[in-house]
Amino acid sequence: MTQPRPTGKTVPLLRIVGLRKSFGPVEVLRDVSLVVETGQVTCIVGPSGSGKSTLLRCLNRLEVPDGGAIYLDGLLVGVTEKNGRLYEMSPKALATQRQAMGMVFQGFHLFPHMTALENIIEAPITVKKQPREEAIRSARELLRKVGLTEKADAYPQQLSGGQQQRVAIARSLAMQPKLMLFDEPTSALDPELVGEVLAVMKQLAQEGTTMVVVTHEMSFARDVANQVVFMDGGVIVESGPPAEVLSHPRHARTRTFLARVVS
Amino acid sequence: MAMDAHDVAVTKPIPLRHPWRWAGGALLIGLAAAFVQLLVFNANMQWGVVGAYLFDGEILAGLGRTLLLTALAMIIGLAVGMLLAVMRLSDNPVFQAASWAWIWFFRGVPPLVQLIFWYNLALLIPRIGIGIPFGRAFVSWDTNVLITPFSAAILGLSLTESAYAAEMIRAGIKAISTGQSEAAASLGMSRIQALRRIILPQALRILIPPIGNDTISMLKFTSLVSVLALPDLLYSAQMIYSRTYQTIPLLIVVTIWYLVLSTALTFMEHYIEHAMAVGRTAPARLVPRTSWWRLARA
Ligand SMILES: Nc1ncnc2c1ncn2[C@@H]1O[C@H](COP(=O)(O)OP(=O)(O)OP(=O)(O)O)[C@@H](O)[C@H]1O
Ligand SMILES: [Mg+2]
Repeated sequence: MTQPRPTGKTVPLLRIVGLRKSFGPVEVLRDVSLVVETGQVTCIVGPSGSGKSTLLRCLNRLEVPDGGAIYLDGLLVGVTEKNGRLYEMSPKALATQRQAMGMVFQGFHLFPHMTALENIIEAPITVKKQPREEAIRSARELLRKVGLTEKADAYPQQLSGGQQQRVAIARSLAMQPKLMLFDEPTSALDPELVGEVLAVMKQLAQEGTTMVVVTHEMSFARDVANQVVFMDGGVIVESGPPAEVLSHPRHARTRTFLARVVS
Repeated sequence: MAMDAHDVAVTKPIPLRHPWRWAGGALLIGLAAAFVQLLVFNANMQWGVVGAYLFDGEILAGLGRTLLLTALAMIIGLAVGMLLAVMRLSDNPVFQAASWAWIWFFRGVPPLVQLIFWYNLALLIPRIGIGIPFGRAFVSWDTNVLITPFSAAILGLSLTESAYAAEMIRAGIKAISTGQSEAAASLGMSRIQALRRIILPQALRILIPPIGNDTISMLKFTSLVSVLALPDLLYSAQMIYSRTYQTIPLLIVVTIWYLVLSTALTFMEHYIEHAMAVGRTAPARLVPRTSWWRLARA
């Protein structure tokens, strides 16, 4: 027996077990465990420095965790188990796993030397070896979905922040990931542009995309999330349906945080 | 009687006078006129001779060699420099050390010393072969056949350029934000794919001005090859004036050509920079314009 697979008939899409991460002497994640079911939206909220970004970055191994395990679709992420020992994955195998997790960054990180369309078709062509025609066809479809049909040939610096973030979402979707990770996707935007990005994310949620979203937008968490996770000091303080965590928090730390955010 | 505020606002003020600007300007114009007089009316300049040799066959052949040396040394230097930069930034400590040592060596040895050294390579290694270290060679060549003034010049100039290009390209790569590599990685791109498709294209755009700078400096520094009796622009002129003793007019011919070429290169660089910049520049930190020639001059 190699990997312990849960015995139930369905495996959760994402399972995080006892995740730990330190930067030097600073423990940023301390024994974080979390389960995300297929088709569900999980919103992670918490004060600055609580480890939300680090948790998200550990999921696709932009940050290498110090301990614990991450299972995507029942398979360990970033490591393989052989004869009871863990081995670091080859860069190639890791790259293949990363294709299954799309990531949207606070700062967009579009490729500035490529048009919106080129940004979207880049990975399908170079990584998945998709035929160019086919990649362009799906990219146009994605641009339509995020409401940017007419911006296909615009360069990132010719787009507003909200438009850039929507292209970035389309770029991630083009790899047809099983899971979408969002790290404060609207925090770098002017207030009047936040809505258009949240609308796209809401639509994705309705279509059944599995998403993990770090956000400060409490109304989005309340309306869209199936599960809200409150983090503080590198631990998950509490988690549950938004109606519980956001409206009837059990912990004092959650209440303090929410009181500050809402006011 | 004092003017009230309203009157002051509508009165056009008398512009401030700048007598020293006028005096300084006049002085410079005077000096420039004297200099032009010296150039144009000094019989020693022999403008007629300058005109006669400007398009002389021997001079034009030398000009061609200067251009060929510049182009080859830059192309090889940049290619090797890019490889060195990538090695320097890799995780492999052997690659890092090798790249560091190469850069240390070729930045430390003056290009003139290198030219002479490469030209005399046969004294050190009589035959150059490909084989197993400490074992037998499969093929080998006589070093004296391989090393000509031209190949020695290309080696000396391009290897020195490679060391400076490596540092420049490394700075260019590091100026591209880590967000770009992370975005590429999160899409499942390998490090090589990210480098080739995302990082290098952006880095090269930033590097166009310093590469242009280095090319112009290389153009001028190819004149060092006259030490190998390679008939470039300068050495061709030297050969002519050693026969005719028309030293000054021939040096003026050389000067005119170097100025024409470096001006043309400047325009080319601006054109390329402009053509590539439209709508696609990366937000990047400034890259120091390293130029080994500038250091050599200091
Ligand atoms: N690469 C790093 N090196 C050292 N310390 C780091 C690094 N990345 C994050 N940290 C530290 O880890 C802690 C958690 O950071 P993290 O970015 O995960 O917080 P966050 O919850 O996302 O906060 P924010 O809401 O401000 O984005 C912080 O104290 C931060 O300073
Ligand atoms: Mg963060």
